[in-house]
Amino acid sequence: MEAISLSDIKKIYQMGDNVVHALDGVSLAIAGGEFTAIMGPSGSGKSTLMNILGCLDRPTSGSYRLDGQEVATLSDDELAVTRNKKIGFVFQSFNLLPRMSALQNVALPLVYAGVEKAERIVRASRSLAMVGLDTRMDHRPNELSGGQRQRVAIARALVNDPTIVMADEPTGNLDTKSSNEVMEIFRQLNAQGRTIVLVTHEPDIAENARRVVTVRDGQIVRDERKAG
Amino acid sequence: MLVESIMIALEGLKANKLRSILTMLGIIIGVGAVIAMVSIGMGVRDKVQSSIAGLGSNLLIVSPGAASQGGSRQAAGSGITLTAKDATAIARQVQGVTLVAPMVSRQYQIVYGNQNWTTSVQGTTPEYLDIRNFTVEEGGFFTSQDSEARARVAVLGKTTADNLFSGVSPVGKTIRINKAPFRVVGVLGSKGQSAGGMDQDDVILVPITTAQERLLGITYVQNINIQAASSETIDQVQEDVTSLLRQRHNLAANVPDDFRVQNMVAVMATATEATDTITLLLGVIAAISLLVGGIGIMNIMLVSVTERTREIGIRKALGARYGNILLQFLIEAIVIGVVGGLMGIGLGVGASYIISAVAGWNTVISSLAIVTAFGFSVLIGLFFGIYPARKAALLDPIDALRYE
Ligand SMILES: Nc1ncnc2c1ncn2[C@@H]1O[C@H](COP(=O)(O)OP(=O)(O)OP(=O)(O)O)[C@@H](O)[C@H]1O
Ligand SMILES: [Mg+2]
Repeated sequence: MEAISLSDIKKIYQMGDNVVHALDGVSLAIAGGEFTAIMGPSGSGKSTLMNILGCLDRPTSGSYRLDGQEVATLSDDELAVTRNKKIGFVFQSFNLLPRMSALQNVALPLVYAGVEKAERIVRASRSLAMVGLDTRMDHRPNELSGGQRQRVAIARALVNDPTIVMADEPTGNLDTKSSNEVMEIFRQLNAQGRTIVLVTHEPDIAENARRVVTVRDGQIVRDERKAG
Repeated sequence: MLVESIMIALEGLKANKLRSILTMLGIIIGVGAVIAMVSIGMGVRDKVQSSIAGLGSNLLIVSPGAASQGGSRQAAGSGITLTAKDATAIARQVQGVTLVAPMVSRQYQIVYGNQNWTTSVQGTTPEYLDIRNFTVEEGGFFTSQDSEARARVAVLGKTTADNLFSGVSPVGKTIRINKAPFRVVGVLGSKGQSAGGMDQDDVILVPITTAQERLLGITYVQNINIQAASSETIDQVQEDVTSLLRQRHNLAANVPDDFRVQNMVAVMATATEATDTITLLLGVIAAISLLVGGIGIMNIMLVSVTERTREIGIRKALGARYGNILLQFLIEAIVIGVVGGLMGIGLGVGASYIISAVAGWNTVISSLAIVTAFGFSVLIGLFFGIYPARKAALLDPIDALRYE
């Protein structure tokens, strides 16, 4: 069974008289354990697609099945639980809470998962260690470099052990060295059997993925799989 | 989850200390005002009660003239219907009466040496001393023999004594009341101010007969003070006095009373009711400021929700449900209410002490007012917190994340 299955997804924004078809009939199936990169020019609808995949947004029409479950039938609270338990989402702009330490930021999904405090600290530390930040646990986001912040965000996405990790331009704000470190983490996660979907502008980042889906004007125009 | 939400809410408040404190200030002042105002009101009530009680317990006062009913006062001459014989008859014939003292009074100028002082000269009987709870501080009181002999003797109230005799003992000295010489036989102990703010020590007491014949030149009395044996029997005594006086004054059944019997227990009840109303009024005015404080909470919470839209978006993206966000903001509002309420209690109690110390007003701190004001501040936090908290909890995660 596919981990993700989209059929004829549309997302329409009505801006006064102007109708924007951000997604215009997207159908896509992603199997469990796949590493998929989504590419496309700016404004093509990549983020819109990712937000729908990450259960942050709802499509205007079409069906989205996540692990066989039709997402449209879920309530807002059920969506929240899905985001919490199944999906790890890494934002382009990190979206860390500025007043909290790296450890507290990483532990936040566990708060909403109802995990005990002691357990939260153990798991958040482990997650930070996984991205190589176990020496920066008490730093606040503004005391970290961009690459370190992105790694905190990844650690947070991983902390609740999701089967799918989604990232919207995770390396968009990083230099080459940091980008490579971050991509290495994604490769490892994929090697552990997790499904990875990431959006990127850069072809060499997309190189890491075994499948590259190209979006243009809200439609999928190319879907390539690398051999092996 | 509740503990967790409380922690998150406290963090939120700590992150914006000054604003949290300013918001609390509305509640602090509101609660403080309620407590201070109510304690002032209760203080007034206590003072009124104790000074009415100080007038004498279970007191009935009979005065001439009809009770003013329907606005029509009795015709002229009605001031002369009561006599000392009426007083004697009441003492002898009415059951449940312990003491009776008729009285006349008028303002006179009193002269001693080169000092003079204008005060109320009251002619009465020795029973008056006990009815009004006066004590004799120095010397003695005049006796019934003095009354019969129309003796020119006087007992001075403390204020009068102090004003005429600075430092010297007045007992045995001769003063002049309206030019007639009187020998001072005693000085009363101080009673302080009455309910109406009158100085109860600014008097001179003389035998009633002396006052009637030698000073006023009248035969009637101006009022009769009656002490009933107990507050239970006072209503019965009032009825009996009324029917006795009607009979003595030969009033036909259809003729209204030519006198009035005032029941001081009833006056006390009326006064208590009046001061209760004042307390309520003060409390309500203060409660309005508490309400304004509540609106302040709502205002700041709304600002806070807008400001933290992105934070809410992040929390929701990470799995916070409607209830989590609702609880977080609701608890912030309630914490403002609770902490503000507690500090307000401190302020109110402190203010009550300061008011009684500085202004000399009697204040009574009421635990009911404290509990009610505190309970209200918590409820206000809850009530005015619900709308902003709901607004936060209903935010769409993607909209909230996009918010700049
Ligand atoms: N909230 C919105 N309201 C109206 N139009 C929107 C909204 N969000 C996105 N759009 C429009 O939808 C289209 C797709 O936007 P989207 O953010 O998905 O692009 P993108 O592929 O992620 O671009 P980029 O590479 O620059 O991030 C754009 O034309 C954009 O203007
Ligand atoms: Mg984008």
